[in-house]
Amino acid sequence: MPEPTIFELSSPGRTGVTFPTSDVPESPLPVDFLRSDLPLPEMSEVDVVRHFTRLSKLNYSIDQGIYPLGSCTMKYNPRVNEMVARFSGFTQTHPLQPLETVQGNLYLMYLLQEWLKEIGGFAGVTLQPAAGAQGELTGILIMRAYHVDRGDTRRTRILIPDSAHGTNPASSAMSGYEVINIPTDPRGNIDLNFLQSVCDDRVAGIMITNPNTLGLFDQNIIPVIQAVHRVGGLVYGDGANLNALLGIARPGDLGIDIMHFNLHKTFATPHGGGGPGSGPVGVAASLVDFLPGPIVSMVEEGDEDIPPFFGFVQPAKSIGRVKSFFGHFGMMVRAFTYIAMHGPEGLRKVAENAVLNANYLLARLRNTYHVPYDRICMHEFVLEGRWKEVPEIIALDISKRLMDYGIHPPTNYFPLIVHDALMIEPTETESKDSLDYFVDAMEKIAFEARTHPEWLKEAPHQTPVRRVDEVKAAKELVLCCQPIDRE
Amino acid sequence: MFAPHTPSEREEMLKVIGVSSIDDLFRDVPENFRYPQLNLPPALTEMEVVAELNEIAMNNLPASEMPCFLGAGAYRHYIPAAVDALLQRGEFFTAYTPYQPEVSQGTLQAIFEYQTLITALTGMDVANASHYDGATAAAEAVIMAYHNFRGKRTQAVVSPSLHPQYRQVIRTYTQGYSGFSIVGDELAATEPLTGPDTLLAKINENTAIVIVQYPDFFGRIYDYTQIAAAAHAAGALFCVAVNPIALGLLKPPSEFGADIVVGEGQPLGIPLSYGGPYLGILAARKEYVRKLAGRLVGETIDADGKRAYVLTLTAREQHIRREKATSNICTNQGLMALASTIYLSLLGKTGLRQVAELCYHKAHYAAAQISKIPGFQVYSDTPFFHEFIVQCPAPVEEINDFLFEEGILGGYDLSQDYPSLPNAMLVAVTELTGKEDIHALCKALEEFHA
Amino acid sequence: MNTPADLRYTRTDEWVKVEGNIATIGVTDYAQDALSDVVFFEAVVSVGDEIRAGDHIATLESVKAAAEVNSPVTGKVVAINENLASSPELVNSDPYGAAWMLKVELSDPSETAKLLAPEEYDQYCQTRSH
Repeated sequence: MPEPTIFELSSPGRTGVTFPTSDVPESPLPVDFLRSDLPLPEMSEVDVVRHFTRLSKLNYSIDQGIYPLGSCTMKYNPRVNEMVARFSGFTQTHPLQPLETVQGNLYLMYLLQEWLKEIGGFAGVTLQPAAGAQGELTGILIMRAYHVDRGDTRRTRILIPDSAHGTNPASSAMSGYEVINIPTDPRGNIDLNFLQSVCDDRVAGIMITNPNTLGLFDQNIIPVIQAVHRVGGLVYGDGANLNALLGIARPGDLGIDIMHFNLHKTFATPHGGGGPGSGPVGVAASLVDFLPGPIVSMVEEGDEDIPPFFGFVQPAKSIGRVKSFFGHFGMMVRAFTYIAMHGPEGLRKVAENAVLNANYLLARLRNTYHVPYDRICMHEFVLEGRWKEVPEIIALDISKRLMDYGIHPPTNYFPLIVHDALMIEPTETESKDSLDYFVDAMEKIAFEARTHPEWLKEAPHQTPVRRVDEVKAAKELVLCCQPIDRE
Repeated sequence: MFAPHTPSEREEMLKVIGVSSIDDLFRDVPENFRYPQLNLPPALTEMEVVAELNEIAMNNLPASEMPCFLGAGAYRHYIPAAVDALLQRGEFFTAYTPYQPEVSQGTLQAIFEYQTLITALTGMDVANASHYDGATAAAEAVIMAYHNFRGKRTQAVVSPSLHPQYRQVIRTYTQGYSGFSIVGDELAATEPLTGPDTLLAKINENTAIVIVQYPDFFGRIYDYTQIAAAAHAAGALFCVAVNPIALGLLKPPSEFGADIVVGEGQPLGIPLSYGGPYLGILAARKEYVRKLAGRLVGETIDADGKRAYVLTLTAREQHIRREKATSNICTNQGLMALASTIYLSLLGKTGLRQVAELCYHKAHYAAAQISKIPGFQVYSDTPFFHEFIVQCPAPVEEINDFLFEEGILGGYDLSQDYPSLPNAMLVAVTELTGKEDIHALCKALEEFHA
Repeated sequence: MNTPADLRYTRTDEWVKVEGNIATIGVTDYAQDALSDVVFFEAVVSVGDEIRAGDHIATLESVKAAAEVNSPVTGKVVAINENLASSPELVNSDPYGAAWMLKVELSDPSETAKLLAPEEYDQYCQTRSH
């Protein structure tokens, strides 16, 4: 029995909440502007709570088990983060309140900026971007503003490795740049010869993800950065994989000029079923003036008796605002708490354990699955989800079968440079038992692929719904509870 | 901290990997950059961190602690307890984007219901699974219009009474589109309070999109039929930025002929939280569904013919289209969309109307009371919803300082965005504003004047 | 893989059939197979438009992929297959027949000589499959 929708559950006359009658005299309503019909559902509170509770049970989540979705860093979300983020001092502050009344918020944002600078090796940080992709757009617009400010308007190209996330080329295109794809060499690094052949004064910059989406630390990273800097370009670092570098290396030290942090991937703010994210951007000293404003600053230093006073400043050559107000403050509180609970040694342990877990899985799966770029990996790695002797089985079948073992599948078909990619990221919060359970399932599936391929082809069998018809969804387009052609 | 390995497990794992130490796993990292000393405070335990965060939060004065008349894009509304209770279910907040539909039907159906609720409120045919906030949704609408005309129309007509931050974000987002320009909002400097008719002269065959706000930034309600018709006559798209609470009372923008509706969804059950995370509403008429940025959930069936939901039309998105995608959005505001879905389910048809009417009546009562105070004048040329302009006898900053001394958070100082409105305060009233709050404000304003 | 002998091909997987000075354009069996189920077709040019070889003329989408169709030839668009918008699955079921996309009046019929012969296209596809 599928769960009915809120519209199917609606029963005329019900409501889940009542409000007090007005304590002031009523005023005439603007008759010319009143709507004739408000087609919302009518449900009691019990109806609503049961409906969404039942829906929740149709989801897989980190709270249930390993969620090895490569590139997404599905690590455990500490409950204390949720608790502190709900303190009324945070949730009930209006973004336009006088500064004297929000010194706690500003102090927290100021410290978080300082900490992110320290962790990433940057001179300035904006907390405004709403998600990683918006951080990328912010970063590339900063790059553009930097070149334009120097009167250097010939630069029209951004270099992007073929293993990059799709957001990289999309963000570059949105910023008005042409994208030049850079191939990956047989070791899984950026192809240095190719890169050098396209480095000239048309290059505004490069966007690199390091560790890259194969989960490998680019062994050419320093020469790559030098090659781009030599021709006057800037280096953007996609911070999606920073989880593997916490306390191990600072992107800014390596020469990266701009980078976004994904607070959800790196500092355990919850993914929320697809957001909210948060994508602060760090920049080198030469780019601080171009950051989006406003930025929190200590406007008056304190002394023994008086605490410092925090306020906002507008960077001199700011690219402008990328979002309302100051960013996803609620996510900042969670990330702040996470960093405070780890300290410098704890953060390094995060990276070490993430890398340990990934290499352990890689070592145990190497004999069952083909590893196209096989060397010590960082926090994730990519397998091929296919075998020559069972050509009908593809990565998707393996993923769907994993669900029957109570495991969320890895990322499928990404990066694009590996055929039938299964991209696996266990994260540091999985125990050895949980990793072993995953390996066992993967080995059983490899065996089943030879003995009972139909078990994979028809999988999943144990989930709330079976494989869904994506073609029908795309062709018939039902995007809301009434059919789209309702007139 | 949250890593569970014991030392012996770690040793065992290293042995399986075939290295002797953790350090061996980082040999690819250039040695001279390896293991920086991070200058961060030492780790705190949970008990200590809670105390520290509590102390930080105590350094704020929450708007719930005193009468508050701030709005200007973020509004205090009552959030029923069931909203957060359901949001705190780990099955919702510790899941990711529903890429694997078989194990994500909960999130998918909730988004599908969200999309339906937004179409019901706005009168549009389709809504996406959400955007970052109202401002970025407005910017995305402009870029959508740019691509709709394949870059051949190079102007957006933007109302000066569209939220100033939305206008700023639109400008930021369009800097990379060479030759594209924003017109109309320059009136903010000279004629900030001008109505939509002034924009008519700006619309021509080069206009890609016309954007107005409803109710506008100043709380005013206009009939946009004429400007919509002018946009359409010129072949342009017409976009309306909405306050979703107002749509509990007011006719939907579809009745004016809107092609795209954007808006800030924060009032729908999302706390103020110092400006975010909020919820970007983005909806359109069905002919633009393929131009709409962001994720969409569609209904389909599974292998057994059972109803099921799945992300659809994904071939529009960046992970497939890469540099040819028209938007780079990936993560949206999943949990915030869920909050608004629960909120609207609880309030339903009668509850939302009730909240909207309470806002309306209380705002009008407040406006009537304030207009009786000598020296204060309520701008009242047009109908308004729950926000209105008060012309004050002194700079708003001064008045707000005085109000704060009296324990009141005054309204928004419009001179920050509209220098030609030096003494104008934007006052917001919601269902949470009590009659006694309004009287306290009036009393304080009287005292200020005296 | 089916590669009819009477057509010419491009490295971007379009086919061309020349009859007199009219070229009919579609995408190949290899392309439809790589895309899997096609769910959307949109011509981005109109009848009467002058197009050049290499111009983007149509967009295809499947559930997992998107592809741009580029014109292999230069000339004037004289017909667009109106059926494809409502039945994009024809691209999978009959790529060389019912799923023709555009007819173009060639401005330079000799241009088609530069396109790949069937055996050349087959060979090219071989090098791409893993």
